[in-house]
Amino acid sequence: MTLQLNRRNFLASTGALTVAVVLPGAAARAAVFGADKRPPLDPRNLSSYITVNADGSVIAYWGKMDMGQGTDLGCAQMVAEELDLPVAKVSIDQGDSGTSVNQGGASGSTGIQMGGVALASAAAEARFQLVAMASKHLGVPAEELTVTDGVVHSRADANKKVSYGELIGGRFFDTQLEWNKQIGNALFVKGQGQRKKPADYKVIGTSPARRDVGPKVMGTIDYVVDIKVPGMVHARVIRPPVAGAEPVTVDEASVKNIPGVQIVREKAFLAVLAPREYDAVKAARDLKVTWSDVKPPFPDQNKLYDHIRNAPVVAKGGDKDVGDVDATFAGAARVIEATYEWPFQSHASMGPACAVIEMGQGEATLYTGSQKPHFAGEGAAVMLNLPKDKVRGIWVPGPGSYGRNDAGDAVADAALIARLTGKSVRVIGTRQDGTGWDPKGPASVHKARAAVDKDGNIIAWDFSSKGFSRLDVSSNESAAADTLAGQAIGVPLKPTNVFNTPEESYRFTAKRKTWETVPPLLDRGSPLRGAHLRDPLGPQLHFASESFIDEIAFATNQDPVAFRLKHLAEPRDIAVVKAAAEKADWQPRTSARKQVSGEIARGQGIAYAQRSGTRSAIVAEVEVNLKTGKVWGRKFTVAHDCGVIINPRQLTATIEGNVVQGMSRAIWEEVKFDDKNVTSIDWQTYPILDMTEAPETIDVVLINRPELAPSGAGESSMRPLAAAVANAIYDATGLRLRQAPFTPDRLKAGLA
Amino acid sequence: MAKMSLNVDGRVHAIDADGDMPLLYALRDDLGLKNPRFGCGLAQCGACTVLVDGEPVRSCITPVESLGASKVTTLAGLGNGKAHKIQEAFIAEEVPQCGYCLNGWLMTAAAFLEKTPKPSDAQIRDAMSGLKCRCGTHVAILRAIKRAAQA
Ligand code: FES
Ligand code: FES
Repeated sequence: MTLQLNRRNFLASTGALTVAVVLPGAAARAAVFGADKRPPLDPRNLSSYITVNADGSVIAYWGKMDMGQGTDLGCAQMVAEELDLPVAKVSIDQGDSGTSVNQGGASGSTGIQMGGVALASAAAEARFQLVAMASKHLGVPAEELTVTDGVVHSRADANKKVSYGELIGGRFFDTQLEWNKQIGNALFVKGQGQRKKPADYKVIGTSPARRDVGPKVMGTIDYVVDIKVPGMVHARVIRPPVAGAEPVTVDEASVKNIPGVQIVREKAFLAVLAPREYDAVKAARDLKVTWSDVKPPFPDQNKLYDHIRNAPVVAKGGDKDVGDVDATFAGAARVIEATYEWPFQSHASMGPACAVIEMGQGEATLYTGSQKPHFAGEGAAVMLNLPKDKVRGIWVPGPGSYGRNDAGDAVADAALIARLTGKSVRVIGTRQDGTGWDPKGPASVHKARAAVDKDGNIIAWDFSSKGFSRLDVSSNESAAADTLAGQAIGVPLKPTNVFNTPEESYRFTAKRKTWETVPPLLDRGSPLRGAHLRDPLGPQLHFASESFIDEIAFATNQDPVAFRLKHLAEPRDIAVVKAAAEKADWQPRTSARKQVSGEIARGQGIAYAQRSGTRSAIVAEVEVNLKTGKVWGRKFTVAHDCGVIINPRQLTATIEGNVVQGMSRAIWEEVKFDDKNVTSIDWQTYPILDMTEAPETIDVVLINRPELAPSGAGESSMRPLAAAVANAIYDATGLRLRQAPFTPDRLKAGLA
Repeated sequence: MAKMSLNVDGRVHAIDADGDMPLLYALRDDLGLKNPRFGCGLAQCGACTVLVDGEPVRSCITPVESLGASKVTTLAGLGNGKAHKIQEAFIAEEVPQCGYCLNGWLMTAAAFLEKTPKPSDAQIRDAMSGLKCRCGTHVAILRAIKRAAQA
């Protein structure tokens, strides 16, 4: 059982939170092991990950959180497995820096891959310790003991038994673990307890019901927007009409009729607050501000890709060359070349971000929907001028985010306002903040070349990308430089200049993959700052690389599936491509089939990618309306291999979500801007897929690899989606789209 | 500011607010109800949906003074203290990811099924076309609405 914390009364303290549940009769417990108090929250302490309640149920403390993909349930399953408990007896306390160590938050699809694996390892040690305690208590050697549903008993004599609850319930492990000295995603711990063998799995691989679904559907859970703390005021941040402009004069009289209104300003940061939310809304609407006259910062959107091509290179990188790339190209009978372009895209989360700061004496509590509550708490501490261990960061569900969305900016806004006013503060943005001012998935151009020998074989491949960094602002959120509020008060932007290369296993005699980044368009307070958006750079890179694979297959008279199978080196990659093709009833072809009936052209396309160990292949079946240019993704077949499957139902749902969101990004999403600012500011100006366009079928083929560790699934199927759709559009129409998104206008122009 | 009364989920509440204040703020801040949520404030997403005399209405753009004696139903009042069949179906299909959008889908689908108890796939898609779900749970939503229609 989990105790609900009383949020209003709890303020961060340096000590760990004690959540012991003492049941009547606990005094009669058979044996007393462990510590009275939960040892300090330290990565080396077993109790930082696992505690046992008096009733024998277990709490696992997870320094990450689940945003609706069921990964918390997956962690509960992994912990239950190691402890030989029914999954219902394991609850997950997630995303709270007051109760869990920093495992990096929701990040890079590592919830299970790293976070769950660390918890499972801790749980294995907990079982080891519990069996050792039972051995002492029962006077039976540990080797002769086993565990059934949380009861340790002798194999020979089932009457010799003691439950977890009797052994340590309500008390705490005082065991130390080996810790790899990493904080964040990479944190790993281990003790003497060995993980279970796949053949013994009982809970892993099953699909128990998710725990957040009922409360969400019944409307009983709190989202960040529902958090209220004593003395809280409502704030709105005023962002400039021209990106980079700063407030020069603020006319206080323009809002003086609004009850209790207060204006806060520090350097370029400007906000209004009021005791009633609607008064803050009105104040934000009515406040008259004159802004500094700045040079409009952005290039003509129609020339964005030329801007990138011509921009200076600030960083470059790539993979090690395979073979002699230049010589192979020089000796080629023919070279095929193409370039691809991908726009800025927005998280456009379902609601604008909200954050609440509750002020205490020399300490504060942050309630946030940020994916990084531990780091965000540190970031809030910076803004509040408090030591970082004096701010407790608590994740509360927010509108879904898919990387670094506007949640991190709301945290810094709230913390800064709280410091400037000394008040507890709730900040929420407008729709424009969520779409126009969130950090963006970066725009990029990609150039692909292939060398063909005289017999029509592809002998060399050269893939290069140039684009805005995916980390103008870091996902981490612990530094003021990474937030709009931080930049507004003068902390300079500190971009990390990085891009990626496609992840695949194609074997060519010679192969090169490189990247270059270009400077951000505006060095401070930019609504076009690059950041992580679900599968950072994955869709753009693999749209280009997997479209090009189809292009060179057709250019050399080969079927796209056969071509992939011929060149792929890794068996798991081959397996997903085969599985998707078979399940989708792939029809081999060496040119576009252009199956047209009336106004509708039908086509099928494939693409595949790896992502941090996971493989996915997608066959898209689309219908193109030749008159309107509209594309409908009627059916998707996804073959997916992420190692051992913890929960097939949640994995399938996660893939479905990726397909729909990926389709939305492939056909609709492009952040529009003029020279002054982003002009995609709501759902009209930044349309996403609607229900009339939802696929008819998403067929998921899960390939289970019980012998392998789990790898991530949160983003992997997003990666090849756009390319599969582009390849299907080509099959339907013969039109090769090299610029995303595949909007009706672009289709019509191409088909004309 | 003006004194008004609001009939919400079967209870009459007195509030003191600007007449042009959107109903959403009255429900959330004056009445402390949390299911209608701010998504856009522009009638573009549905997150703030309530039923007004049984019709789905976007509370983010509905002035509170326009309601008069109309009966407002929020998600909390949809099932009269129990799970409404649309909620049961959404639970059975495990629809939500973040769930921030859910209020709009549930309220709109409940009203739609009242009028169209045996809808076709195309009718459902059409009726739901004005709602957003950024997490992309559309196919699960379709399954759930079909399940509720059969319940
Ligand atoms: S918040 Fe009312 S429709 Fe979006
Ligand atoms: S479930 Fe997240 S927006 Fe619909």
